[in-house]
Order: sequence, then structure tokens, then C-alpha cells
Amino acid sequence: MSAPSDQVKPGKDQESPQVMSRRGFLQVGTAVSGGLMVSMWLPEVARGSQMPSADAWKPNAWLRIDRTGTTFLCSQAEMGQGITTGLTTIICEELEYDPRKIKVEFAPADRAYDNPLMGLQGTGGSTSTKMAWNPLREAGAMAREKLLSAGSKVLKVAPANLVAADGAIHHTASGRSIPYEELAEKAAWLPTPSKPTLKKPDQYKYVGKPMQRLDAVAKSTGTAGFGMDVQVPEMRIAVVVRAPSFGGTVKSFDAAEAKAMPGVEAVVPLGYGVGIVASTYWHARQAAEKLTVTWNEPRGDVSSASIRGQWVKDMEGSGLSVRELGDAKGAVAGAAKKLHAIYEAPYLAHAPMEPMNCTARVTKDLCEVWAPTQSAGLSQYVGVDVTGLPHDKVIIHSTYLGGGFGRRVGDDFVRDAVLLSKAVGKPVKVVWSREDDIKQGTFRPASYHEISGGLDAQGNVVGVHHKIATPSILAQLLGPFIGAALFNWLPMGLKQGMGRAIAGGMAEKGDAQQVEGAADTPYVFPSHRVELYGRDPGIPLAFWRSVGNSFNAFVMESFIDELAAAAGKDPLEFRRTLLKDSTRHRAVMDQVAEKAGWGKPLPAGRFRGIAQHFSFSSYAAVVAEVSVEKGDIRVHRIVTGIDCGRIVNPDIVRAQLEGGAIYGLSHGLKQNITIDKGGVVQSNFHDYELLRIHEAPVIETILVQSDAEPTGVGEPGVPPIAPAVANAVFAATGKRLRRMPLSLEDADQPKPT
Amino acid sequence: MSTTFTLNGVRKTVDVPEEMPLLWVLRDVLAMTGTKFGCGMAQCGACTVHLDGNAVRTCILPISEVAGKSVTTIEGLGTPEKMHPVQAAWVAENVPQCGYCQSGQIMSAAALLAHNPHPSDDDINTAMSGNLCRCGTYSRIRKAIHRAADGGGAK
Repeated sequence: MSAPSDQVKPGKDQESPQVMSRRGFLQVGTAVSGGLMVSMWLPEVARGSQMPSADAWKPNAWLRIDRTGTTFLCSQAEMGQGITTGLTTIICEELEYDPRKIKVEFAPADRAYDNPLMGLQGTGGSTSTKMAWNPLREAGAMAREKLLSAGSKVLKVAPANLVAADGAIHHTASGRSIPYEELAEKAAWLPTPSKPTLKKPDQYKYVGKPMQRLDAVAKSTGTAGFGMDVQVPEMRIAVVVRAPSFGGTVKSFDAAEAKAMPGVEAVVPLGYGVGIVASTYWHARQAAEKLTVTWNEPRGDVSSASIRGQWVKDMEGSGLSVRELGDAKGAVAGAAKKLHAIYEAPYLAHAPMEPMNCTARVTKDLCEVWAPTQSAGLSQYVGVDVTGLPHDKVIIHSTYLGGGFGRRVGDDFVRDAVLLSKAVGKPVKVVWSREDDIKQGTFRPASYHEISGGLDAQGNVVGVHHKIATPSILAQLLGPFIGAALFNWLPMGLKQGMGRAIAGGMAEKGDAQQVEGAADTPYVFPSHRVELYGRDPGIPLAFWRSVGNSFNAFVMESFIDELAAAAGKDPLEFRRTLLKDSTRHRAVMDQVAEKAGWGKPLPAGRFRGIAQHFSFSSYAAVVAEVSVEKGDIRVHRIVTGIDCGRIVNPDIVRAQLEGGAIYGLSHGLKQNITIDKGGVVQSNFHDYELLRIHEAPVIETILVQSDAEPTGVGEPGVPPIAPAVANAVFAATGKRLRRMPLSLEDADQPKPT
Repeated sequence: MSTTFTLNGVRKTVDVPEEMPLLWVLRDVLAMTGTKFGCGMAQCGACTVHLDGNAVRTCILPISEVAGKSVTTIEGLGTPEKMHPVQAAWVAENVPQCGYCQSGQIMSAAALLAHNPHPSDDDINTAMSGNLCRCGTYSRIRKAIHRAADGGGAK
């Protein structure tokens, strides 16, 4: 049978998927635990399997079995992290179905699929495997047990004498077998087991075993359907001319010349921009160049320098204390040796290879959206918001995502398409240029850090005092929803986040992501103070692969290295001492250090740096091997390891570490979004560079074996990369680079005051 | 303006402005979506196809320059049922993550191997450095090219 690609074909005019009833599928208990995060998970998938309709049995939200086949409905977005393969493997393990033979479809937008760790249907925060591990196994086991019961009735053999394997019920003694598909109708009417029996790990056939990605063939033959590839009959292509600075709106425009261009069908004012609807992307883009727009630019005076200057000034006042252990200020002041440093990280674009795009078909009573989205839930909300249709009349067809990294949690591209289709009364695919996304997308927040630490005469840390200036992503994300007319329909997680934002003033007080990896460090310091300065300069923000960890790990792991050097201690041993009882942190670090040959001689001119970081409930460590030649930092080798609990697909975890290393090197060495006149200076890959193949080091991966529940994989590999490289540069040159992207020109930066 | 060229072995005539890039003729006129748009200025390589056997970036290639020539896209290189050895090597090494850049990567790799059946790592760097991958699949791309050069598609 076939891989997901064969079922997910947005290139064809798709039928609307059946929107399943949520009744009885799944109940999710929620409890607030910081911003959007909801921590309690009460899977009740075993409740109420749905009665057969149109000859299909839907044992639960994720499975559909009928005479034509068995289908897994994947609620999570496939953006390269391999989640379609991983989740299919998990449910098939308990269902007893070969993951390579089951059909896979992307699920529609439905509250049944709300991610309990996010409070809405969304893919992010490295949560998919973690949140799905128990419910999907139970969903698979429940279906399997009902199919066994059905097989027992048909074969007239006690269930104990039957075996479920490879998509069929087998009676070994008589050699008789019945495929699931032929038992579905009968199974549907049988009572549901209250608590299905799950397999023991030593019985696993697929989980933890090497298996090819299910989407590898489609993605190697140009047949995988990305959002960009969607084709709907009568579809037009649109571009949007956007303001040169953030928050800009259209004051006036002259469309006469653009409208006269060949292929152009409509010019549509959108407030924040002007849409041009044409027969092809090229025709629309040509016409866009003929459009004259005058803009209101309320924030045209913001620059990287003004943002930095304001944060420096803010730090002269007092911040919000987010961690207070002992008297860190006093301890540092009285220390035998004092260190004080300024660290900085810039705004960053995600730059996924597939530019933003979305296709919408809005009619009087239906809004269909084909979107490469990380949140079908938010996409549906946008459809409701723009069209005024009830949410069950807004159908979301998820496609493959040409990269996400957090950029596709946002809804800007969906809003474009729905607004334009509504305006012209035809299906419209909106396509952003690369420049649109680099200049007018959403960004990883910049941050500015002042950190000081003290050592006693023996080189032991006595205290660390860390001030962090960075804005809140959540406060920006939730802002537009506050006071929205659709409040009652909002996903629970958003409502809770909003409640907290309103009550607590999140923009002023901050959220956990701004200080993650710093305030919750596993290092045991005798005294520790972390302060947050959350002023938001107003640059649009988004989650960005590893979020706050991406800068806080750089600061923490570099500064720990500074302390180790000042104490005259080996960086690995210094960390081991400070990690005391954190056995999993130490274990992955020790394994990585051993493989990298820590402490052993290196080829001439090569130097090592180490970093470890805990994020997304997983433990990661990296050793980087670099040389510094003619003023350039060259990374030759990365050893990167993770302890992410039980591993569903080892090769995909390795691929995520490899990709995470390249992602970490790209921002560690190259990427910088600078702001001038309220807009972004960079525009495309010539000035916002990604690492290229000739710059890619040898990457070796370590997977720590564990029986613990699965935890995050996509993001935890990123944070330790940049500090490991910076620490290796220090080993090579004695110079401490405290600003990303790392540049040897910064080695002579003025001493902080 | 009418332009005739050969696309994956089939003669095609399109009536589009002569400066329209081949990328958009393929994608928006001929509905051949395997070739991807990534940057529009030949910086990322996602739009790579073969023009008379050479790897070219279609986002900046006017259709007028294609007249009378032969174009091969990812769809013409191989199919899921009958993959080109480079595609088979890509699958065997589990190269793709998001997959969006891989059509271009594979077309660049296939052109490299056609001209240089046993490339060194340096040859690979030279031929492939114009193809960006945001997911960071470079080490597997390198392995897959060596695998294809060694004649091995299947693992």
C-alpha cells in the first residue's frame, strides 16, 4: 500500500474531508501551568467509539477503518520532523498494523485534536510525540481489542485463541485469517473496553526499530503536496504589497498602471497592504512593481540601536525577579573573583525553504482553506474571524509544510488568502516572496543580557546574577484575541493564556519562555538571581525553533565556560560538579564528551568546546571541534547527543540532531536581522544566510537509551550548538565572543562597564 | 509570444511573455509543481532543473532562452514507481526532512553524477553549494551522492 504522500494530494482538487463529530471522542482535562501550557492530560479515548456511518468505522479520532482500507488521521503537521512516520508507528504498534501499509491522512481542524500541551490543535514546542504517546497507543489497542472480539464472533473461536497481527485477526490452529477491513462493521457495534491492555516494550515490532520515513519517496520524486503546490479549479494567484516598516498601513494607492498589466484581475486594498490577484505568480509580481502606495508608518523610527539602547537604559532600573535564591548580588560583590559580561542575540527570521502561502475558496456558506500550517486550529479561527461563518463551515485541509520552525504557527498567510478569496469571489492562492517573509514575517526576539558571577578562593561558584531583556512572544500572540468577538470559541489554552495575560499584564511581567534555560537552569549555584526586562519594541514575534532556549543557552553555557576558565578548571569537570545530582544531564554530556575524545590530543590547530542544555523535557549535549583560520571560524566536527526518553524512530531522531546542528550553526555563525527605520534591513538569502553544504561539518550523533516516556526531539538539539562553538573559539584564541552571530571582529569589543 | 521546447521528452508550446521565468511557466501554466520556488534570485537552488543536461535555476531563466531546448524536471527524472538512482539513494539514506528543497538538490546531484560519475567530497561541495537546505540534511545528501555513485540505490 502506500505512504502518506499518496493520500495527501493537494495538487488535485480535493473533496472536503468529513468533519467528524467530537462527541465522545476525546476529553481533555486541562490545568494552567504557565502561559499556554496546560499540563494535565486525561486521555479517555476508549470512550464511545462512533457508530458506523457511510460504512466507515471510526473507533476514535485517529482511526478510520472501512472495506477500502485502514487510515490513520494524523493531527500533527509534518514539517520535516518526521511526525507522520513517528505517530503512525506508535498507533500501528498497538493496532498491530504494518506502518508502511496503513493509509495516512492529515486530520481536519477539529477540537478532538487539540494538543493538550498547547491548548489548541497545533504542532510546536517539540510536544507531538510526548503528547501522543499514551493516547495513540490506547487508541490503537482499543481498536485492536474490538477487532479481536469481532474476529472471535465471526470465526467462532475464543479471543484467547486468536492473534492480531499485520492488519488481520488470525486463528493459527486453523490457519484462518480475516483482515481488519472486513471486521470493521462488526467491531463498530461491540462494547468498548474500558481500559485496553497495552503491549510491553519487549513485544514492540516497530517502535524503536529502524524504519524508513513514510514520506521519503514522495519527497524524493517531487510528488509530495506542499501548500505551494495546491491547485483548485478556477484558482487565481495573488501577491500582497506590504508596508516597508512594521505596523504600516495603506494611506493611499494608485492602481491604474497595475490594473492595466496583462493577467491582472483585481487590486484589493487590505489595510495592512494591497493584494494583486492575477493569473500567475509572475503576472501578479510584475503588476506589484507598478503599484504606487503611500504608507502610514507609525513605527518608522525604530532601529536595532534604539532597541538596544532602551534595554540598556531599562537595566539601570529594576526588573522582574523570576528567580531568587539566596543573596546573589551580595555573594558576587563579596566574591574572591568577580566576572561581569554583556551578551547579545539579534532578531532572527525562520526562513523555511517554502515561502509563506495559502489557498482559500470562500463562498457564501463555506470557507475552505488549504494551508501549510502548524496550527489548523488557529487557521480555522482566522477563517471564522474573516468570513463570519460558523467554525464548522470553515474547513482546513493541511498540506505538507516546507519547513516550519515556528513560522507557520502564525496566521498572517491564512488571513491574506481568506480576505482575497472573499473579495474576488474566486479561489485564491496567495504566495509571499522570500523578501516578503524576511522583511514582513515574524521573528525570534532579540535579547540583551547582563550577567555577573563570583568564585571563591577555591574556584567554586558562590553566586550568579543574570539580567535578561527580551520581549514576550505570548503577549503578542494573545494580544489580538483579547476582546475578540469569538472569545467563546477560542481554544481553551488561548483563553487561559489570555486570562493570565489580562490579569497579570504579561507584556510587562513576562512569561516562562523569555527566561527558559536561564531561570530554570539545572546548575546548582549557592545563590542565583534572574531578572527580566520585558519591554517590547514591537517587532512581530514568533516561536522559533527552541524559542528562549536559543539565546539563554548561549549565555548560560558561555558564561559557565567563563567561570570555569576563571577558576582554572576543565569545562567538562566544572559542569559535572555544578550538575551534582542531575544524572541524566551528566550522562548525555559524558557520552558526548567520550565520543568526541574530550581531553585527548587534537590535530594541530583544532580546538574543542562543550555545552549541555535541557529543553523540551529532553537532555542534550554537544562538543564542537573548530579551527580559526585567517579570521574565520571553521567548524570541522560536531558530536551531538540527546536523552529524549524512549525513542520511536532512531534514524529520525538522529536526523533531527543533524538538522538541529546545522540550524544552530546557521544562527551561531551567520544570521542577523537588523532593524532600521522600523523595517528589516535584510531581504533574501544573499544577506540572510543559511549554512551551505561546503560549510557543514561532520556530525556524529548519540542517542541515550532510556525507558522513560518520550520527550522532545525537534528542538533540544539546537540550543547547545552555538555556545559549544563559542567555547571552542575561546579555547582556540583565548577570546570570548559574546554576541551572536559569532564574529572574531567582536573579540576586541569594549569591556562592559 | 509562443515558445516551443521539450519537457521531459514531450514537445510543449506555451504562449507566455518571453521574459517569464521557466519556473512560473512550469508551475502556474503547466501545473508541474515538483520544481519549487524558494527565493526568486538563484540563491537557494530549489528551482533547479536540467537544461540540455545542465543544472540551471529556473527562477531567473526567461522562457525565451529555453526555446528549442530540452528541459528535464524532477518529474521527468524518475517516478515513485521507477526512481532514478539518485532518487533511490535519497530514499535509502532517508535524506528528506521537510522535503521542499529536495527536488532541486536531486536535480543538482543528478547533473553532477552525469558529468562526474565518482565525485570527491570537494566536487560535491562545488556542485551542491548553490542548493540550500534549511532542515540541514547536508551530511545525508553527501552520503546519498556517494551511494548513487557506487551504484547503490537500495540499502
